[in-house]
Amino acid sequence: MMKRDQALKTLADYYPDGIVVPVYQAAFDWMGIRPHALNYLCTGAMGQASSHALGLALACPQEKVVVLDGDGSLLMNLGSLVTIGTAAPENLIHFVIYNGLYEVNGHYPVPGGTSIHFADMASAAGYRRSYRFRALPAFEAAIVEILTEPGPIFVELHAEQGEVYPKDYVAIHSAASRARFRDALRDRVRGS
Amino acid sequence: MSALDINLEGATIIAALKSADVEFVVTLPDIVTCDGLLWPMSKDEDFRLVQVCKEDEGVSICAALSYGERRAILMMQHTGLLDSINAIRAIAVEYALPVVMLVGLQGMEPGRALLESDSYGIRILPPLLKTMGVAHKVIDQDADTDDMAEVIAQAYQQSEPFVFLVSRSPMAPEEGQGQ
Repeated sequence: MMKRDQALKTLADYYPDGIVVPVYQAAFDWMGIRPHALNYLCTGAMGQASSHALGLALACPQEKVVVLDGDGSLLMNLGSLVTIGTAAPENLIHFVIYNGLYEVNGHYPVPGGTSIHFADMASAAGYRRSYRFRALPAFEAAIVEILTEPGPIFVELHAEQGEVYPKDYVAIHSAASRARFRDALRDRVRGS
Repeated sequence: MSALDINLEGATIIAALKSADVEFVVTLPDIVTCDGLLWPMSKDEDFRLVQVCKEDEGVSICAALSYGERRAILMMQHTGLLDSINAIRAIAVEYALPVVMLVGLQGMEPGRALLESDSYGIRILPPLLKTMGVAHKVIDQDADTDDMAEVIAQAYQQSEPFVFLVSRSPMAPEEGQGQ
């Protein structure tokens, strides 16, 4: 199984400055790997990242929007797969980092463990294309295609903890994070 | 004037939403507002419809749209609002984001005050919203929509949530009316 930080570093290499909506453990890692004003850190309630990402994708159709979801989080908002599949934003890429655990809540297993087929669910819900990766080389080989083809795209990444980054809970709820994102998005949209 | 004489036109609400520059309608159908509002709005090219599977998705979608300076209305039944309390608490209230909700009161008795409704789910709404610090207004007749556009504009200017509680079914517009 690939390491999460390696997968995220691969994404950051090919997607250095676009909008990203990361949640919980992926957010903590992502802030360390790619600190950026266009990281939308404040999703508020567990499970809501994909819905925030849809709102951003609809508001800014000229911008790519990447969501880094968790398996437990997505299980809490599975209907959003159908909502996104129906709205069909071409600029949305939905990753789920799949380790079968509520990692920030005591490493307790999620219902279904590691036997859930999220990518199949996404395809059935109307995503244009879905991928499943367990090894880094395969993900590296596909990343350019994932980032350039029209969405909505779903990517199920089986990954375990790699390098440990600080758990910055303040950042993922702070008014400063929200203001920084708002200003950066305004500058990006007006400059494009 | 009896409760039956009171008029609430869907076209009046639709006109107010347009006047407030609402572009996105994020919705899960509600029996109170479906015929008089949602169906005609679904056919109105001035609105972009986003159907959600669960109401709390809509809270997040509306909040995120606001970052892109797009205005939205989240239309749902009051049971959906009750089901979305945590998302409203975190995203709309604690994050201070302009999530504007149009909520049908399923089971509301015409002409009664909300606090006197036989429906427990309706009776608790005013004190619940007050406790959460979310402003609200009851829409029961056309006159209640007079400041609707202004209230929506203010919610976006001040970046705060607002709830319109629709206490009776708006009459469906005639074909072509309100568009």
